[in-house]
Amino acid sequence: MDGVHDMGGMDGFGKVAPEPDEPPFHAAWEGRVLAMQRAMAYAGAWQIDVSRSAQERLPPQVYLTASYYQRWELAMERNVTERGFADADEIAAGHALRAGKPLQRKLTADLVQQGMTRGSFFRQAQAPARFKPGDRVRTRKIHPPTHTRLPRYARGRLGIVERQHGCHAFPDAVATDKGDSPQWLYTVVFEGRELWGADADPTIKVSIDAFEPYLEPA
Amino acid sequence: MQLRVRALETVLTEKGYIDPAALDLIIEAYETKVGPHSGARVVARAWSDPAFKQALIEDGSKAVRTMGHESRVGDHLVVVENTPTQHNIVVCTLCSCYPWEVLGLPPVWYKSAPYRSRAVKDPRGVLADFGVNLPKETQIRVWDSTAETRFLVLPMRPAGTEGWSEERVASLVTRDCMIGTGLPKKPDQKPEELR
Repeated sequence: MDGVHDMGGMDGFGKVAPEPDEPPFHAAWEGRVLAMQRAMAYAGAWQIDVSRSAQERLPPQVYLTASYYQRWELAMERNVTERGFADADEIAAGHALRAGKPLQRKLTADLVQQGMTRGSFFRQAQAPARFKPGDRVRTRKIHPPTHTRLPRYARGRLGIVERQHGCHAFPDAVATDKGDSPQWLYTVVFEGRELWGADADPTIKVSIDAFEPYLEPA
Repeated sequence: MQLRVRALETVLTEKGYIDPAALDLIIEAYETKVGPHSGARVVARAWSDPAFKQALIEDGSKAVRTMGHESRVGDHLVVVENTPTQHNIVVCTLCSCYPWEVLGLPPVWYKSAPYRSRAVKDPRGVLADFGVNLPKETQIRVWDSTAETRFLVLPMRPAGTEGWSEERVASLVTRDCMIGTGLPKKPDQKPEELR
């Protein structure tokens, strides 16, 4: 969706302000949110692109003013209720009022080590790769109302396939509950001028990792 | 927000989905075990061992797994090398994807709108915010982490460190130089200048 989360190239947000000696968390609840998200993902409640999609669907003014972990919390509440893991009245009450739904597995303390390892997104290829490194491609001009990982600034642009990363779960399908729909993934590199116009710094190149459905031959 | 998070945790616990003791351990791991020191070890090994460096560039996940990190590195780690002619910077414009397993939790600035919006359009301006000014002919390559690939920048080894042990060169590797918004410390840099 064309939301405010898709920030690449927007102006007006100001300077980057690094914080000296930044702690891992700025409040104890931030860690709880992160760990809950990990545990629910391990349990198979939803996949990462479902979480991203829930954040992207927050009202723009909320997305822009909430902190990172606030967004996680709001998105998690949304996924918990939308997917029937709990109801809004239970979250409001701060207690379960009904029994839970069965989940694939549970992250208990003895399993945390394996719960800390990222899953693999490689999937069995359904068809041969359409592109190879060196190929000229144009990104499609798409504006799906749902989750996609093709940023706006890189749509309809001419680029070169630089690497092929194998076949991966396709976020656009995962986020809309259409299964993994495996797709080939490529690093596609663009000249700065192709993205930002003739006045752009000629020493800049930008790459995205693009799933095959985002690309057409050029 | 604290009360709201507590409410959700209580509901999910009572429903039987999550175990608060497991949450404690995850938090503890991110506070004490996982951090940029892991990435610094990888960089120092690459600076010290050409065969490892080659393996790292070819398959980052596989090479890092040979080092026996505390937290096992998953698939899709891609290591990109700075050279005298090319400087690499990593961003995630769509959310905040970051190589947690080798760098720990991302800093707030990495997740902020100023960084996510500007890094792909004005990387030199972003570098200037970090006090980094590269020669104007240096090619700048921005890697937008739009999939599950995770990027780690392999900076150039600082001059004047010939003969240093792997452990000693690791002390010059900063988090920011592995994101591409910084450069490694210089061997003669005084402690108060470090960031």
